[in-house]
Amino acid sequence: MKHLLSIDDLGPVGIEAILDLSESFSEVTQREIPKVPALRGKTVVSLFYEDSTRTRISFETAAKRLSADTMSFTISSSSVKKGESLLDTVQTIEAMGIDAIVVRHHAAGAPHRIAQWTDASVINAGDGRHEHPTQALLDCFTLRRHRGPSLAGSRIAIVGDIRHSRVARSNVKAFAALGAEVTLVAPPTLLPESLAGWPATVSYDLDAVLPDVDVVYLLRIQRERAEASRFPSLREYTSRYGLTVERAARLKPDVLVMHPGPMNRGVEIAAEVADGPASLVREQVTNGVAVRMAVLYSLLGSSSAYPRVDGMRPTHARSTDAPKEGAR
Amino acid sequence: MAAPGAHPASETSTPPDGGILFVQRARVLTAEDLRRAHTRIAHEIVERNHGAEGLVLVGLYTRGVAVARRLAADISGFEGVDVPVGVLDVAFYRDDIGRRSVQPLGPTEIPVDITDRIVVLVDDVLYTGRTVRAALEAINELGRPQAVQLAVLVDRGHRELPIRADYVGKNLPTKATEDVRVRLEETDAGFDDSIEVWGPPDAAPVAPPGPEVGA
Repeated sequence: MKHLLSIDDLGPVGIEAILDLSESFSEVTQREIPKVPALRGKTVVSLFYEDSTRTRISFETAAKRLSADTMSFTISSSSVKKGESLLDTVQTIEAMGIDAIVVRHHAAGAPHRIAQWTDASVINAGDGRHEHPTQALLDCFTLRRHRGPSLAGSRIAIVGDIRHSRVARSNVKAFAALGAEVTLVAPPTLLPESLAGWPATVSYDLDAVLPDVDVVYLLRIQRERAEASRFPSLREYTSRYGLTVERAARLKPDVLVMHPGPMNRGVEIAAEVADGPASLVREQVTNGVAVRMAVLYSLLGSSSAYPRVDGMRPTHARSTDAPKEGAR
Repeated sequence: MAAPGAHPASETSTPPDGGILFVQRARVLTAEDLRRAHTRIAHEIVERNHGAEGLVLVGLYTRGVAVARRLAADISGFEGVDVPVGVLDVAFYRDDIGRRSVQPLGPTEIPVDITDRIVVLVDDVLYTGRTVRAALEAINELGRPQAVQLAVLVDRGHRELPIRADYVGKNLPTKATEDVRVRLEETDAGFDDSIEVWGPPDAAPVAPPGPEVGA
């Protein structure tokens, strides 16, 4: 696999391979020296056309823990301000000799376009309303750790602004690929025009869905959406779709609560719930580093002579010293 | 105990680079031989280190882990000391990342602080020595052992680095085109414990198992 642009690039087998790999890196991140030399000499550039703290820092931490060099490119302090085109920017970065570009862009499809322009590996760190595949992977990893090796039969409600959410798109695909039953919960105005092809059911009524679910995944509600008349007010949104303390009390005892951050405490999630025992929010952030290490390692750790899409699982049928299989 | 050759494997299989069929050329160690080799290595480790205190056995994925556990069980049996067993994955320390697909085999887990202990690295086959080099680097990041030693079931030669084993089950001269196959109950369901040499059918058979050549 050369790029990670969409969850579709992986499929169920590829997702599980990344999650298995993440287990190894999760152990690395817990060491006293949380660093391995795996990607020594590789250079990873983060190219962020949109504000982000956690995703950018998470990727940079992941790259550093693999001993890769990192460069950061943010539009506020770059020649994009002077009107440089995306193509020119990418070509400039590439001319410096780099191995991977981590892209966040407000336009859906920008990472795909960049992938056509460059020999480097491109990782989609969020493009418009389209996809955010590493978020989906870290959420799957976090859930798998709590709900056993498989998500088969897990009932997951994704609640909030599905319409504008790239997290929802990637997560629905990834959760469904691992066998979970996904329900989207939102007011009609915050759902996409068409849900054809989405492996999920839809409900407008959070209270009807909550008693049956194993996982509540809340999405960030942006104030601008209220101003755009998607819903009357934040208060009204909270009263119908927020995970308030009262609603949380009606959940199953072993339910898990997730949020991709940044949270609007008191809007889509009550502070008491966000900090409560069911919340996996901090764990999601921690796991993000290990999962992004796994993604970087998958893309940069193998030569192009050994493409692997489905062959990423360790196969150990033979028992001689490994190097002879390729590096004589 | 099964007679040599009476195992469920097919008599031919495809080598990693595809193409030529590999055939079994010799069963070099049987289950009984392996049991004796484990027992001898376990005794040698204890003898060399004047006891089992302060030792840690660290198995390298995948079969080194099984071997390390067997050695620990042996030592516990005759010495009455439970030696801690760790497992180590060297994938991220290999020098061929990027040249081939290097996949980690599992999380590293060492139950004790290795600093100032004697670490015995354990693997099934010693070949180029590159795995052991990677293991030394990995160990180095986990602590500063008093000493690091190496135990292997088979030393098949062809070293590419200045590395040697302290404890060897069997020295087994091989050709680089051949394949040394170690099977252990713990890792290879359906097989008896055995070590076999496989290779292309046209090559001359290797010498039949003889007396031990040093250790």
